[in-house]
Formats: sequence, structure tokens, C-alpha cells
Amino acid sequence: MNVATKIDPLKAKDFASDQEVRWCPGCGDYAIIKAMQKTLADIGATREFTMFVSGIGCAARFPYYMSTYGFHTIHGRAAAVSTGIKLAKPEMDVWVVSGDGDALSIGGNHLLHLLRRNVNLQFLLFNNEIYGLTKGQYSPTSRIGTRSPSTPLGSVERPLSACQFALGAGARFVARSVDTQQKHLPGIFQRSWEHQGTSFVEILQNCIVYNDDVFAEFTAKDVAPDRQVHVTHGEPLIFGADQDKGLRVDTKRLALEVVSIGENGVTESDILVHDETNPTLATMLAGMEPPDFPVAMGVLYCDPAPTYDESVLAQVEDAQERVPDADLNEYLRRGHTWTV
Amino acid sequence: MSIAASTAETLEPIEDREELESVVIRFAGDSGDGVQVSGGQLTQVTAIAGNDLATFPDFPAEIRAPIGTTYGVSAFQINFGARRIRTAGDQPDVLVAFNPAALKVNIGDMPGGSLVILDVGTFSDRNLKKAGYEANPLEDHSLDNFRVVEIDISKRTLDSVEAFGLSQKQSLRCKNFWTLGLVYWLYSRNRQPTIDWLNEKFGKLPGIADANIAAINAGHAFGETAELGEEIKGYFVPPAEMPGGLYRTVTGADALAYGLVAGAKLSGLKLFLGSYPITPASALLHVLAGMKEFGVTTFQAEDEISAVCCAIGASYAGSLGITSSSGPGIALKTEAIGLAVSTELPLIIVNSQRSGPSTGMPTKTEQSDLYQAVYGRNGDAPVPVLAASSPADAYDTAAEAVRIATKYMTPVFLLADSYIINAAEPWLIPDVETAPHHKVEFRTDPEGFHPFLRDEKTLARVWALPGTPGLEHRIGGLEKDYDSGNISYDPENHHRMTMVRKAKIDGIADDIPLQTIALGSEDDSVAVVGWGSTYGPINRAVDDLRVEGMAVAHIHLRHIWPLPRNLGELLSSFEHVLIPEMNTGQLLTLLRSEFLVPAEGLNNISGLPFKTTEIKDAVRKILEG
Repeated sequence: MNVATKIDPLKAKDFASDQEVRWCPGCGDYAIIKAMQKTLADIGATREFTMFVSGIGCAARFPYYMSTYGFHTIHGRAAAVSTGIKLAKPEMDVWVVSGDGDALSIGGNHLLHLLRRNVNLQFLLFNNEIYGLTKGQYSPTSRIGTRSPSTPLGSVERPLSACQFALGAGARFVARSVDTQQKHLPGIFQRSWEHQGTSFVEILQNCIVYNDDVFAEFTAKDVAPDRQVHVTHGEPLIFGADQDKGLRVDTKRLALEVVSIGENGVTESDILVHDETNPTLATMLAGMEPPDFPVAMGVLYCDPAPTYDESVLAQVEDAQERVPDADLNEYLRRGHTWTV
Repeated sequence: MSIAASTAETLEPIEDREELESVVIRFAGDSGDGVQVSGGQLTQVTAIAGNDLATFPDFPAEIRAPIGTTYGVSAFQINFGARRIRTAGDQPDVLVAFNPAALKVNIGDMPGGSLVILDVGTFSDRNLKKAGYEANPLEDHSLDNFRVVEIDISKRTLDSVEAFGLSQKQSLRCKNFWTLGLVYWLYSRNRQPTIDWLNEKFGKLPGIADANIAAINAGHAFGETAELGEEIKGYFVPPAEMPGGLYRTVTGADALAYGLVAGAKLSGLKLFLGSYPITPASALLHVLAGMKEFGVTTFQAEDEISAVCCAIGASYAGSLGITSSSGPGIALKTEAIGLAVSTELPLIIVNSQRSGPSTGMPTKTEQSDLYQAVYGRNGDAPVPVLAASSPADAYDTAAEAVRIATKYMTPVFLLADSYIINAAEPWLIPDVETAPHHKVEFRTDPEGFHPFLRDEKTLARVWALPGTPGLEHRIGGLEKDYDSGNISYDPENHHRMTMVRKAKIDGIADDIPLQTIALGSEDDSVAVVGWGSTYGPINRAVDDLRVEGMAVAHIHLRHIWPLPRNLGELLSSFEHVLIPEMNTGQLLTLLRSEFLVPAEGLNNISGLPFKTTEIKDAVRKILEG
């Protein structure tokens, strides 16, 4: 990761390009780009070593609105293009911007292998549970029964959990946040940036045109405290407007359960403490859904491992150290040769 | 291996040995019989003996098909001689068959009177049945037309390696080297390079090395001492006259890799290969993966699309991005190649063509992806196309592809085929510094910068490296404004951008050599025009016909798109244009549509290279009516 060297650190607005932003008024992407520009200023990023790479979709326009380097690639392939960028120029700080269709449908294979390899970059999945740019078809994260132009009677496919997919693929950093949570989101971005390896961040993003308020049942201000649990490493998993609910392990079923502190003899000491290095816990937290459970927000999992780009380039460097100044002319003249 | 150059051996003709101008030998056996290894060794010692040569490895698609079946037969053919050798030979003079299946599959290619060496130790009822023989060919007179040498090679191999305490299975694996020993005696080849190779290869397994060396010596001794009558006697093939210099053998996969590394080095770029395993293209991935000391990064991707996208990402970040595959894989890369056209990034797409459509015949050669390379993309997306004509030619063609990709900021198709990739030939080792190249200069000046600023002459856009302060820019597959590089949906701008992308590629025609005539002149009546691996058979056929006094010339294209500026005029000077292709006539269509030339095709879609006789017959038909 790069460190700012300029005397005057860049401000959030310095990361905006001169291009007019063309998302729909009220789109959640506005909030996300604002949080990103703030994050870059907070971490002291430079424009020349920061890069946004995207596939196709509404979210994929993101790079054009940033004053950094950017590559708007093709549908689903941002993970692959980014892997090439990191192998060719590992000092670039790469943020991939993707959506639920781009990352989990057409690009699902690339995301799987990006996470498995642990390429050192940040992968942001803007999940709005709908295809926006193609005018509203259901997506791989749409809930059963989603009515859309391609499913007029309601979709019948079971949706994918983005965070569970990431954990299953071997991600070493998985976090979740919401577009409108402007206090939460920059912190999550910063944690993802600090992590070495692929940092997977799911951002629940509201599509005001085709899937408005799809997350409202747990993001609306009046219900959010009772229907979200914000996880912090080393802190008990307590939530609720009155901070009186918590998550406990039901050891007989090896499952999480919601309990009320002060009821049935439950005390705070019974509440599970979040350990972000525990992949089993992360998987359970990622799978929690309303109405029975709160939706988990924050860093669900963080346990660094060697990165792919470092390992690949170490082999190249080792080979170059073993044969300093390798000479192709000499190489071609090795082995069985003869003179005519 | 040692860094030592030997001088071609000048073997004196040996008494009682018949001198031959050239000979074609084919080994055939189960895919586990070590046929390809034997062929590789015979290639090496033959090259060192100073003969010119060409080889043709012919694999089954199955890695280890059931033993003894016809579909598991693997073959290796070598043509070597005292004259210039241009093909692996129309017909073998010698067939070595390790089992009945190998005999059955190959005997149809053998001319009457040719030598057929059989391991009769494998001709059991069971193996005969597996090969589909109803009667034993050793007994039913079906081989009466050939000079058949029956040797129980299996037993003799077992006897020769008895002392080394190997299992029966391990011992029988030495069969290929026993046979090689006999062939070395037949054609007075030197065993020592092969013995050195065995010691090096199996040095850590001394029993194995020693057993194989004993086997090769025993096979050689058998030739010297056995009374084989008139059927077998020793031959002598004098060295060929070749241009002077230092030689090595090279396969097309090797030469492509070396040419790409040379091109990248001379352009000042690191080489990045993104590739997904596919037959026969994987060989290039393997060679480049072993060249990391040259700063080469190879990436085995999760699929073909990732392979090309990674290469595009690497090019955006300032490396030379290369992707390599075969037809079905290239099809998957198509959308991404369009992205490279739109973003105007250098990219080399190597297509080692194989028989299609769909999976086709993965181990068999064909040149049926020319349309795919020239035309096969959505939108108006012109891409330069080059084709290598032989294993050795793949080196120069690869370096030329790098030159064009970097100088013109464009993807370039580099076509080879299964035959070129696998075949070997002697290669006059070039000075790397003399390869075609373009020294890349990245843009660093922020003054007046935008990413689609163009060079006035080449129309190439500037290449700005991420990490350069002040040059931050965004590119992508959306149409760009000509004057700013920003997204544009302006109708006139799209027309202008499409035309400038086309003009850039068309203009490359001014920067490539004019088309030359490989053999003959414009005064000849017939031009035989080819591209790719048909070079060898066409050249040999035309050479032979010219010796007969026929007015026929050979023209061979390296640059398929854009075509050389003078090609249309050159073709119009011939009364007849014949285009042999291992497809249904793809170059034929291209040349007809570009030049309205009344060319005719000669098509062989068998998965095998042309025989020179096919081409000669077609030319004779034209000239003799």
C-alpha cells in the first residue's frame, strides 16, 4: 500500500474527476462514492498509485468519477483484469467495484479464484439484489418471488449470500456495510485497505428505481438498531435499541440464537464475543437473515495469509537472483548445438 | 546440459553402406511406449550429424488409452537428409511398429518395398484381437509387399537389461531405446549424445539410466552382428549443405517463446503470459514458465477469459500482455480482445490452431481459424494477423508480432498450429539483438495529456503507466471522445473513432515488408500461395516441379492482415493462383475479396499436413489441363 508523501494531503473532493456523475438521483452509489473519497483522504492515498477497476453495471461507472487511474473493463472480468494489473505493477493500490450480477453471476468464477488466490486488492460488491443497468431483471441475490420483467410471476431461484460465498471461496477478509451508513462505511473501507490480501466488502446498496427499499426492513432508521448487529473484534455480539439483545451459541444445535439480556437468567457474560479470526463464526454471522436474526454488519472475518502477487513475484525475483543479468543469446546457445 | 557447441560430425561413408539422399522413418506404438522420446533423441543426434531434418509428432488425444488399441497409437515421423528438408516426408521409408495396433494404423501409409520393423513379441492373439486383426498379418501374406523384419524386441530388451534388477514392466520400458540402438546402427548415428542425455535425465535413478544405455547398446550390437540378410543393411546419409553458423533444434513452442521474450526485451517491457491449459497450446505456457530469469511472469488462469483479461490488465500496467490458446479458447477470449481493440492496448494472442469445429480433433493440426482471427469479433474491430510458417520461423514471426503490438498499441493475432508447435527442425541461432522490435517510450509529460492522443504517423495512442503523477486517466470499452478520451455517445465521434482505429491497422501495411516470392518469379504461370505450416509441403512440391521444368512459383504470407501492399499486383501477374489450405478455403476467400483474383483452392482437412504429391498433382492438373 502506498503512503502519501505530499506536504498537503489530498482532501475528499480531490479524488473526484471532472466528469458529471450520471447515476439516478437518489441512487445509493452517490453515498458510496462519497464514503470512498473520504476514505482515500483519510488514509492519505495518492491519485497516481490508486486505481479503480470495474466490470459492467451501474456500479461499474465508478472509476470514471474518480480522479485516480481507472479501468472500466467488461462484464464480470474486473477481478481478472485486476489480477493482471497487480502482477504487473504490485505497487498500485487497486479497488475493484462490482455489483451482484457482475460479481456473482457472469463473473462468479473470477471472484471465486480471486478470493482463493488472495490477490492483494479490495473487492467492493455493491449488492442491490437487481440488475439495474439492463432495466430491472432479478439477480443472483434477489429473494425468491422477486417480480421483474424476466420473472413476471416471481423468481423461483434461491438467492446467494455474497459473504458466505466469499468465505466459502477462501476469502481472508469479509465485511459488510450499508450505503447510507456514512459513519460506518469509511471505517470498513479503511479496514479493507489495511488488510493485505483480497478484502471482500459487501455494500448493501439501494436501487431507487428498480428495487427501492429492498433492505428497508432492517436498514430503516426506526428498525435498524433492532435488526442489525454491528460486530467488533473482541466485543460481545450485543444489539438492539436498548442494547439488550445478544447472540448466544446453542450448543445442542451448534447454531446461533438471539437472546434477551436479563430474561430467563441470561446475562452479558452468556453473549458470544466476536472473534474475527474464526471462520466458522464468520460463516454463521454472514448467514443471519431477518426476521429471525439481525443482519451482521462490520468486519465478519479477518485473518491475513500470504498474498498471491507477493508469492508469484517472489518466484520471478528468485529466478532472477539465481541467474543475474540473464542473457537470452547465451540461453539459446546452451545444450546440444552444432556448427555448420 | 553443458554450454558446448559441437561441430557437425563429418562421418565418412562406411564400407558396405548404401548412401541415401534422405530417409523418412516413422516410429509407432502405444502412447506409453516412449515413441516421442525416441523421436526426440533421433532428432538430436541427426541434427548433430549435420543432416537437415523435419519431424512430425502425431499424438492420440488419449493420454494413456487402453494398451494395444488402435486409438492409443502414438507416432513420430522424421525426415532427414543430405539435401534441404522441408517436410516430415510424404511416405515413410521405414516403419517401426511396437505392436499390432501400430502396424494396423500405419501400414496403409507405407509404400510397397518399404522397410517394416516389427516387435513380434507383442503379436499375441490377444493383442491382434485388440488391434482388430482377424488374421495374423505375419502369416496371412498381407505384408508380402514390404521388406518385413520380425524381431522379438520385447524379449531382446528384457535380456539386455536383465542385470539391472528392474521389474518386468520397467524393463519393457527400455524397448524404445533398444529399437533406437538398432535404428542408430542402420543410419550410422552416434549413440553418445543419447547416452549423455540418459545419464543426465535419469542420473538420480542409476538403474534406469544404465538399463536404457544397455538397451541402446544391445540394439546397436544386434544390427552389427545379426544376419538379417538383404532386408537390413547399414545406410549412410551425408550431411546437408546448410548456411554456416551455430545450430540447435527447436520446436515451434520453443521458438515462439524465444521470439516473444526477445521481442519483449528489445521493446523494454516485462513479459506477462496469461494462459489456460489447452492442447496443443499448453506447450508455450510450459516453455515460458521455465524462463522466469528473464523477468517472465506466467499466470495459469481459471479460464480462457481470465487468461486474456489478466494479460490486458498487465498491458495496462505497462507489461507486454500475452495470451495463448487454441481455437475453442480463442473463441472465449473474443469479447476481451474487443476490449483491447477499444482501449488500444498491446496484446499478443497466440492461437495454436487445431482441428475444429468445437472440440474437433484436439491433437490434430488444421488452419481453420483464419476467419476467426481476421473477422471474428463484434463491432468493427480490426486486428493485425501474422502466421508462422515453420517451427524456426515462429521466432521471427513472434518478435514481429511484438513489434507491431507495441508500436501500434493494438492486439495482434499470432497464428501457429498443432504441427508447428510440436514439430522440430534445425535452427540457425540468431543474434537476439537483431530481432524486429520497437523500443517503447511511455508518456510521462502531463502537459496536454489525454489517453487517446495519437502519434500522427502511426495513429497509435500514447501509453501512460499507472503510477505516473499527473497522467491519471480512465479507459474502458465505452466509446471515447477523439479529443479528450472521455466517454462519448456523439454519432460523428463514433464514426471518426471507428475510422481511425481502422486506419491505424490498415496503415501497418506501410510498415511491413513487400511480399516476396519464396521460389520462382513473376514470369511463372502458376503461383502457389500459402500461409502457416503449409510452407514445407508447398516449397518442396514447387521445388520439385521446377526441377521438372514447370513454370510454378511459391508465395508464402507471414502478414495475413493487413496484407502486403504489393500482393494484389503480384498475384495479378500470374495466370493461375492456387491456394492449398488445411481448411475449406479461408485465405482463398480473403484474397478473392481483397483483390478480386480468380484464385482456386486446394483443401485438405484431414488433420494431417499436406503431402507434396497432393500439391504437385494439383499444379500439374492446372498446367496440363
